Amino acid sequence: MPQYSLHINGAIHQVDVDADTPVLWVLRDHLQLVGTKYGCGIGQCGACTIHLNGNAIRSCSLPVSAVVNAEMKLTTIEGLSKDGTHPVQKAWLEIDVVQCGYCQAGQIMSAAALLERNPNPSEEDIRNAMTGNLCRCGTYTRINKAVAMAAKDL
Amino acid sequence: MTHIKTHFNRRSFLKVSAVGGAGLMLQFSWLSGLAHSSSNAEAVEGLFNINAFIRMNEDGTVTIMSPNPEIGQNVKTSMPLIVAEELDVDWDQVQVEQAPLDTEKYTRQLAGGSQSIRQGWDSLRMAGATARYLMLASAAKLWSMSPDELVTDKGMVKHLPSGKSIAYQDLLQEAATIEVPEEVPLKDPKDFKLIGTFVKNVDGKGIVTGKPLFGLDYMEKGTAIAMIVHPPAFGMQLDGYNADKAKNMPGIKKIFTVNTALDKPQWSDVNAFNELLVVVGDSTWQVMKAKEVLEVRWKTLGTLEATTAHLDSFSSVFDKSEGELGRKDGDPDGVFASADKVVESGYTGAFLAHNTMEPMNFFADVSADKARLIGPIQTPEQLRQSAASLLNMPESKIFVDMTRMGGGFGRRLYGNFGLEAAAISKAYGGPIKLIYTREDDMTQGTYRPSYHIKYRAALDKKGNLTAFEVKGSGIPSSPLFPDRFPAGTVEHYKATHYGIDTNISTGAWRAPRSNFVAGAEQSFLDEVAEAAGKDPIDFRLQLFDRAIKNPVGEGNDYDPERYAGVLKLVRDKSNWGNKMPNVYRGVAAYYSHNSYVAQVFDLEKVDDANIRIKKVWCAVDCGIVVNKEGAINQVEGGIIDGIGHCMYSQLTFEKGATQQQNFDGYHLIRNNEAPLEIAVFFVDNGIAPTGLGEPSLPPVAGALANALYKATGTRYYRQPYMVVPQQPKFVG
Ligand code: FES
Ligand code: FES
Repeated sequence: MPQYSLHINGAIHQVDVDADTPVLWVLRDHLQLVGTKYGCGIGQCGACTIHLNGNAIRSCSLPVSAVVNAEMKLTTIEGLSKDGTHPVQKAWLEIDVVQCGYCQAGQIMSAAALLERNPNPSEEDIRNAMTGNLCRCGTYTRINKAVAMAAKDL
Repeated sequence: MTHIKTHFNRRSFLKVSAVGGAGLMLQFSWLSGLAHSSSNAEAVEGLFNINAFIRMNEDGTVTIMSPNPEIGQNVKTSMPLIVAEELDVDWDQVQVEQAPLDTEKYTRQLAGGSQSIRQGWDSLRMAGATARYLMLASAAKLWSMSPDELVTDKGMVKHLPSGKSIAYQDLLQEAATIEVPEEVPLKDPKDFKLIGTFVKNVDGKGIVTGKPLFGLDYMEKGTAIAMIVHPPAFGMQLDGYNADKAKNMPGIKKIFTVNTALDKPQWSDVNAFNELLVVVGDSTWQVMKAKEVLEVRWKTLGTLEATTAHLDSFSSVFDKSEGELGRKDGDPDGVFASADKVVESGYTGAFLAHNTMEPMNFFADVSADKARLIGPIQTPEQLRQSAASLLNMPESKIFVDMTRMGGGFGRRLYGNFGLEAAAISKAYGGPIKLIYTREDDMTQGTYRPSYHIKYRAALDKKGNLTAFEVKGSGIPSSPLFPDRFPAGTVEHYKATHYGIDTNISTGAWRAPRSNFVAGAEQSFLDEVAEAAGKDPIDFRLQLFDRAIKNPVGEGNDYDPERYAGVLKLVRDKSNWGNKMPNVYRGVAAYYSHNSYVAQVFDLEKVDDANIRIKKVWCAVDCGIVVNKEGAINQVEGGIIDGIGHCMYSQLTFEKGATQQQNFDGYHLIRNNEAPLEIAVFFVDNGIAPTGLGEPSLPPVAGALANALYKATGTRYYRQPYMVVPQQPKFVG
């Protein structure tokens, strides 16, 4: 099996996996970074959202062989901040967004990427940016409030 | 002051133990002596059927075990909160731990029916109150005073006149010498400091930082990944397979079949496919790829059902048989025959998948003489029983532990995946982690049944309801609750059940049966009110008035005053009757799982083709609200979930197979389809609390349909409403 070097959360990780292995399963099965979740495997639910150079991407639909370039830096929920102090994480706790919590790492990663490129999103910008992330528990109104609060706190 | 029976009066329930490095710890385990002693059996009945566990640590922290499974309904926060209230400690002092399945210590370790809080209320209060009493009595003994002279506050016992005070942790030694009385005082609800406040989810921090809390995250060293291949359609069975190609794929360890059929399945063993093909390998992706190259032959054993045929059977079901009478008051047939006006409508709802965001999964490590089963399960006790019979092993050799769950909604009441994991581990000969793909999860479910209900209402000249008839059918069974509203409000009433056979596996789905009946009934009442020329809220209030003053029949399963109460509250809060430009309103109220909910939906036309939900007003009577934050979150979630499922979601069948396999085909509500705003109001009546995981969902389908009617002039009879032709598009 080929060996790959991945830049994740500021460190370099070596993995031995098939070239077509989705980054999601490399994170979960090989690096024990299980904060990134599996929900659909086909880019529809957003549970697996991580950052590639600050942009939100669906790690279930991205083969590991596509991210081995040294310029490609990945960030997962575990690396978003030390101790959960990213403004989005703080807002999530302040608004008490979570119910079951399973979708929330993906929601937070999508929100953080949105604020990275648009620090002053309108309500509509927020809804549009967050629409790729499903929440079966229905926490959408809280998610939107938390994103707006985080934007103020940036 | 209210007192509560403690159900114990022996010192042996208390234990002071030295804990490694941390000093002393006082353990209370209440009711533990009761679980098996017949003399106290009576006391365990009724509301006192949950046990709990507190540990008071010498560093001043208090560890409160949360015995019930956490599926997102937030009992892991709200149940310990009740203990902490009566114990009178600061919430910051409390640490919450999930208890494993332990039927010796706890009873009803089950998440379902929104019952955790309702059934736990008294015993959780008693637990906290007992511990508090011991603190008071210990300080009294130390200071040679009477406990009556002392008060508690934030983990301290105080003597106000002298200003003396002592922390709970300094009383632990003393407390172990105090006899537990037969009765302890409870706080007056008006003195509650924690209950009724806004308390954040205890697992919030772990969740937002990506900690491994969920079943899918649970792994042990040396665990192999397992996946199943199940028949592609209901009515099919495994016939044979060729694994030559698959077994030589990298990382694949073993390919074999298992059978999870039980001699005596219990209610939680609903499962369409017992015989499964299994692939075990090193990693998830390798196993997924091997699954794809397996060559499997299937044979057809039963009917391969289709949605078109289901709809056909609905159209004739009420003519084919007499049905089963659920309730009859007066002479409905006679009244209908001579009625001034008769309103009649039929409502249909699709099968629904649970689609918890975390697909089914379970860890199992089964050896010759013991088994460990760990994962997300709403019914750990039932899983252990069934695993014992499947593995032919005594229950005492089986350890079951619950992880946090990425949603339940009823799916994880049915533990087939846990049994499958056990069977796989046994056959494989080592620890495995069974993971369903989303496709496995959606195509092998215990679905919400498909339903069809027909209503008839008779009105007299003045627009009074004189007779009401409902016929309910479902695949496989009727969803009706014959004793619920409007039973009791109308002189002549009849409810009849009809069933239609199926080989599709179905089960409880968030607010079972209510999740469909409420929308149908409340849409129909809107039509009846219109035909009667009455405001829909006034019309309902008149019916409740009748049930309050002079109820019809026996055994009506609701309190008409509380029902009317939520309607009045939502009417007042939403300024019902106030005409606003471009706002189209609908109302509904429903009682389920012991709580009352009324809602007003405000829709707004964005343009000719698009409508959006501007605001949802929701009034709730669940008695005392334990944790406002969690309660509002549950209510909001139920509303959004309800909108999604009545508007967009459906599972349809063709040749026995679901036509939706993943979220590209199955439409779950998305962020931009959710309402812009939800306002939640609680009735403040001091009644013992009831659950909130389900009750806000059912009325949504009614209030939304009624608002849609105002906006579009169309009545919506078939869920999901989106399937109706010319349905305007919903936007955010
Ligand atoms: S798991 Fe990647 S989008 Fe659903
Ligand atoms: S919080 Fe449960 S899926 Fe979003």
